[in-house]
Amino acid sequence: MSTPVTTASPSASTASGGGSKGAPRLRTPRKKHSPGRPKRSILLTVLTGLILVYTVVPLLWLVINATKTQQGLADSNGLWFAHHFALWSNIHDTFTYHDGIFVRWLLNTLLYVVLGAGGATFLSILGGYALAKFNFPGKRAIFAVVIGAVAVPGTALAVPTFLMFSKMGLTDTPWAVIIPSLVSPFGLYLMWVFATEAIPVELLEAARIDGAGEIRTFFQVSLPLLAPGVVTVLLFTTVATWNNYFLPLIMIKNPDWYPLTLGLDAWNSQAQTIGGDVIFNLVITGSLLTIVPLIAAFLLLQKYWQSGLAAGSVKE
Amino acid sequence: MRRTTGRLLRGMALLSVLALGATACGGSDDDSSSTKAVSASDIQAALKKGGSVTVWAWEPTLKTVAADFEKKYPKVKINLVSDRSGDKHYTALSNAIAAGKGVPDVSQVEYFALSQYSLTKGLTNLAPYGADKLASKYTAGPWNAVSDGDKVYGLPMDSGPMAMFYNKKVFDKYKIAVPTTWDEYVVAARKLHKADPKAYIANDAGDAGFTTSMLWQAGSRPYKVDGTKVTVNFEDAGAKKYTETWQKLIDEKLLSPINGWTDDWYKGLGDGTIATLTTGAWMPANFVSGVAGASGDWRAAPMPQWTAGGKASAENGGSSLALPTLGKNKELAYAFVQYANAGAGIQTRVNEGAFPATKAEQQSAAFQNKAFPYFGGQQANKIFAQSASEVASDWSYLPFQQYANSIFNDTVGKAYISGTTLAQGLKSWQDASVKYGNEQGFTVNK
Repeated sequence: MSTPVTTASPSASTASGGGSKGAPRLRTPRKKHSPGRPKRSILLTVLTGLILVYTVVPLLWLVINATKTQQGLADSNGLWFAHHFALWSNIHDTFTYHDGIFVRWLLNTLLYVVLGAGGATFLSILGGYALAKFNFPGKRAIFAVVIGAVAVPGTALAVPTFLMFSKMGLTDTPWAVIIPSLVSPFGLYLMWVFATEAIPVELLEAARIDGAGEIRTFFQVSLPLLAPGVVTVLLFTTVATWNNYFLPLIMIKNPDWYPLTLGLDAWNSQAQTIGGDVIFNLVITGSLLTIVPLIAAFLLLQKYWQSGLAAGSVKE
Repeated sequence: MRRTTGRLLRGMALLSVLALGATACGGSDDDSSSTKAVSASDIQAALKKGGSVTVWAWEPTLKTVAADFEKKYPKVKINLVSDRSGDKHYTALSNAIAAGKGVPDVSQVEYFALSQYSLTKGLTNLAPYGADKLASKYTAGPWNAVSDGDKVYGLPMDSGPMAMFYNKKVFDKYKIAVPTTWDEYVVAARKLHKADPKAYIANDAGDAGFTTSMLWQAGSRPYKVDGTKVTVNFEDAGAKKYTETWQKLIDEKLLSPINGWTDDWYKGLGDGTIATLTTGAWMPANFVSGVAGASGDWRAAPMPQWTAGGKASAENGGSSLALPTLGKNKELAYAFVQYANAGAGIQTRVNEGAFPATKAEQQSAAFQNKAFPYFGGQQANKIFAQSASEVASDWSYLPFQQYANSIFNDTVGKAYISGTTLAQGLKSWQDASVKYGNEQGFTVNK
């Protein structure tokens, strides 16, 4: 693979460039890293490979086993296909089992995500922006509360929240899942940090001097600058709401209001019930169908998300 | 019996449940209404008037029963909420009771969990409704579980007299005789595992329900409950019999370390690597649904005995329908429970594969002569009904059995994975149960 033009560039360049240019070039090869050609480390490659296997194998397992019947699951190797390819019939059965309750659970989850995660993101933007760009008394106290709230797992608050919501008559309604989901201390903190970095104070001052009101400044000047951060927070809250299990478990009793997590768990526990219908194949297929929208969301929002993560890392 | 995965979640849920349950006992005491007798005509009048009854129960055959009941009493609507079972069901029930809102009118409660609710006055005494006159209808084990002196806290729905299911194909292949005593069982275990190192006589990774049932059969009575005075003692002769025998199976690695009710378990039952299963008589329905591929391989046999020729059995699993104190429409709720568990509902449920708790159904010719295609045409109900009649009735569970079961794997469970012996494990289970009971306000072992 050697053509005269590209090979042996050091020698070629030194030959053509002459002695004066050759001296610094001799020192440069000692530099271990260059942006174009990262150093290869066997250890790192092996470690990354292991992590890749660790993350991909469960996914692979899920995809492979979604193609098996209940009987096929018992008869075949977990990481290879069974004789009978049953993916389509499994998907059909998942959507039609128990009068199509899976569809209902999917719509419930979407509702919780749109209102819960969407609302949480919106509140995080407003709060984060205000905390980043305005000065008011008690700001340090709020900072302490937000940081403290990030440390408290939602699971620990579920039972007290249940008792409070029960007093208000909201348990066993969608509001019992949506309202607590609206509160995202981590999202608020992230938005706060992001807004601090992403919106130059000078820009706000310029907008104000030009006569824009605070609301107009927020929507027309600040919000576009916040877009990568918004997408990041939206992804975090979406994943958190989509996967939320313990809160709906405590709050919702009526299967008609289950999100997918609870629904799949209910199907799974049929196998642990006296006289219950064992449908591991539908649980697995349902799980696969459940993660598809999340994967789609990640792929679609990836570029915004990545630019969001890198914000502030380079000084312009 | 059933188990749920996720021990962390279970522990957390349980802790919150018990904390809430403790606050629930301070609630309104409904004794005034429960001492007043409710006549059959009161119930008939309520049925005529109509209304709706919310039932929290996961038992699958109740769907048909509820539909039949609504057909018979068109003015009554049964709202069956059936997607949650076991620990999660109790979490929801305890939370609702603690909050005082959203409590169902009827709830399924397993026998082992009944006293936890009845002791905190969470369940209605059904004796004034006429339930006390139904005692002779049921076999001793279940009735003993739902009643406490002259009080009745639920009507037995099903029962789990134990039997040993064995894979005949595997037994025939290695010419192993079906064990009738636990000593023969150990011998069979050795022979099987030697013949096929991948096959085990049974799976057992530590299961509280199974261990308590085995103790029950061995004559051990570790729990004694007298109001709030509780005794926990795993050091009697029966417990010793059990630990000595079962320790041999553990020491010689003759038990498959698979947890029950997992996909691995269903797989092992299907492919011959788990050769026997000693459990409740409700198991056939789960075989048909979960281990369809091994149809024809399995048979039922009486539970192995501790002494040759002995006749002792125990219960494993089973549940009742009870009326939470905070539920509404008591007359209608009782009418439904009575229909499902003492009336026409029993036959409906038996037809769909449930194992009844009533003597008449168990002894009926149609029930006893029923051939199970799954068991190669065997009339397995004869074995189960015989077992039901041999269950000792003086067993009782702890009033905080749910908690005790949740720490089983952290105490007794160690015997399955480390050098701890089963007897030592039971001792630490006892200590932890005593400590917890005292913390909850019981007088345990004092």
